[in-house]
Amino acid sequence: MRFALNAEQRQLAESVTALLTSADVPATARAWAAGNHEPGLDLIAKLAKIGVAELADYPVELTVVFEELGRHAVPGPLVETYALGLPADLATVAWAPLLPYALDADVATPFVVVDDVLHEAEPGERQQSVDPTRHLFTVTAGEPVGPAQNRDRGILCQAAQLLGLGRGLLDRSAAYVTQRTQFGRPVGEFQAVKHHLANVLVALELARPLVHAAAVTGEPVDISGARVAAADAAHLAARAALQAHGAVGFTQEHDLSLLLLKVRALRSAWGTQTWHRRRVLDSLTSPTA
Amino acid sequence: MDLDLDAATLEFRDEVRDWLAEHVPTTPLPPMDSDEGFPLHREWEHTLAEARLSTVTWPREFGGRDASLLQWVVFEDEYYAAGAPARVSANGIALLGSTLFAFGTDEQRARLLPRMARADDIWAQAWSEPEAGSDLAAVRSRAVRTDGGWLLSGQKTWSSRASHADRAFGLFRSDPEAQRHHGLTYVMFDLRADGVTVRPIRQLDGVTGFAEIFLDEVFVPDEDVIGAPGEGWRVAMTTASNERGLTLRSPGRFVAAAERLVDLWRERPSTEAADRVVDAWLGARAYRLYTLATISRLADGGTLGAESSVNKLFWSELDVALHETALDLLGTDGELAGPWQSGYLFSLAGPIYAGTNEIQRNVVAERLLGLPRGSR
Repeated sequence: MRFALNAEQRQLAESVTALLTSADVPATARAWAAGNHEPGLDLIAKLAKIGVAELADYPVELTVVFEELGRHAVPGPLVETYALGLPADLATVAWAPLLPYALDADVATPFVVVDDVLHEAEPGERQQSVDPTRHLFTVTAGEPVGPAQNRDRGILCQAAQLLGLGRGLLDRSAAYVTQRTQFGRPVGEFQAVKHHLANVLVALELARPLVHAAAVTGEPVDISGARVAAADAAHLAARAALQAHGAVGFTQEHDLSLLLLKVRALRSAWGTQTWHRRRVLDSLTSPTA
Repeated sequence: MDLDLDAATLEFRDEVRDWLAEHVPTTPLPPMDSDEGFPLHREWEHTLAEARLSTVTWPREFGGRDASLLQWVVFEDEYYAAGAPARVSANGIALLGSTLFAFGTDEQRARLLPRMARADDIWAQAWSEPEAGSDLAAVRSRAVRTDGGWLLSGQKTWSSRASHADRAFGLFRSDPEAQRHHGLTYVMFDLRADGVTVRPIRQLDGVTGFAEIFLDEVFVPDEDVIGAPGEGWRVAMTTASNERGLTLRSPGRFVAAAERLVDLWRERPSTEAADRVVDAWLGARAYRLYTLATISRLADGGTLGAESSVNKLFWSELDVALHETALDLLGTDGELAGPWQSGYLFSLAGPIYAGTNEIQRNVVAERLLGLPRGSR
């Protein structure tokens, strides 16, 4: 038993972090939201260059990468492209009922799953997401491609992404309350603020092992469990982060908005929390369990 | 990254499982902090010790079997799954034992640990005082120098196990001039010594699990001081870190309770409580995995520091939520006395003992998130 990342996996996380820290991801996300995909596609190409595109069969490595992608709020159909093994360099998919819309089908090759079969797809009408960087499209099915695969791999990566979003929100909040002064002292000195952020850290630290274990076992009960815990921790982080930032956190101009709105969007995509909890409970109480 | 148990650990697990199946009392013992229950729990500890199962991670010379931390987790999994009795020696083993390993002398270890492993001595903790709860450094009980030792005077309270235990350990102010964390000394004393009066306190759950201890010039020899006189705070913080951290509340305890909760849900399904059943089960699994991650980190040379506060916050809140969910599943029978009821009442103490959760959140915020300490 060794339930920890190895040196190569930690190195992978560092490489992704270094790349994302050197890129201006907030500006890239804002451009993506405005329909200018060039900086985002450039960033995705750089991620491919350091090997991220070849990880589809390495679930632990995927969770490592997606935690970093979440932490920096990288836009684009990354779960779809990196985790599902779809036959396109930049791909997206609609997979009802969990995922009714295809993300960024205006820039990625769209597919749709109908009755467990993957089909080519034509994008239809665009839907407005709560997250301006997420351009959602209805799709109509074209030619069948083959059996649909790796839905749980997508859910796992989204869980890791949510975990990273939560960590990004927490890190930004801790930095903010340390420099923001009221009543003559940093607001981070107030216990009310400290306790909000401590609760977030506990939730994230205890969600991470569920995500890693889901990557190790690949069991549906673990995948959905990881998603439930990660999405709840990210949600707690979002509420606490907004509260810690005060009014400036409630502006689109502040980069916090990129993370806050993505957490809200991802809680609905790839299945609701209720769907995933029910899946866990069904697995625990099924006669074979 | 893997969760696989090695052959030796699997073999150990099977041995423990078989042993427990053969030895765990078929009818539950009376509460350990009751007059009838305490001796029976001591006897159970003797039985465990004979099989070298009372302190599995300790060296053999002290009654253990040099088991790894992973094997300890597995032992605890099996122990709680088997519904074995509550551990009346837990305070000594988890708190004082680890302190003696870190700060005790060879003489102290040889004299005290084997007796602790066999529950010949059952230990109570004597930290809190009427004016020193969360603010532990405010202790006023004194240790005054005398020939060959110290005279202890003052009052301790909320002392777990003190109603029935043999001996106790705690912090005493040995230098009245020193401030706060300085001038404190870590002392062990006999609860039946001259000058000691123990007054049991009936807890919320009806049992006398803790007590007040009054000390009036109680003599303690030098060999019952742990660490240097005046260095007690540093010694005690090691104990506190263990209490909150790995060893006091093993994952097995919560995993077993969560499995019983799922069983209860099968008997009495309730749509309203379904989400909370899932969250309790996931919480127990998360805590177990988090413990395995910690063990892996320690194996890589890492240390257990402020992370122990994360542990304590998580398991204490999980325990309350899990038991509340069970009582809600029981519907109108949730009011009735029973194992879930007593487990619930006990769980309510979790966010208070071993350092209140408010103190733990301060520790997490300041030491893990780097928020400014400021004035309290």
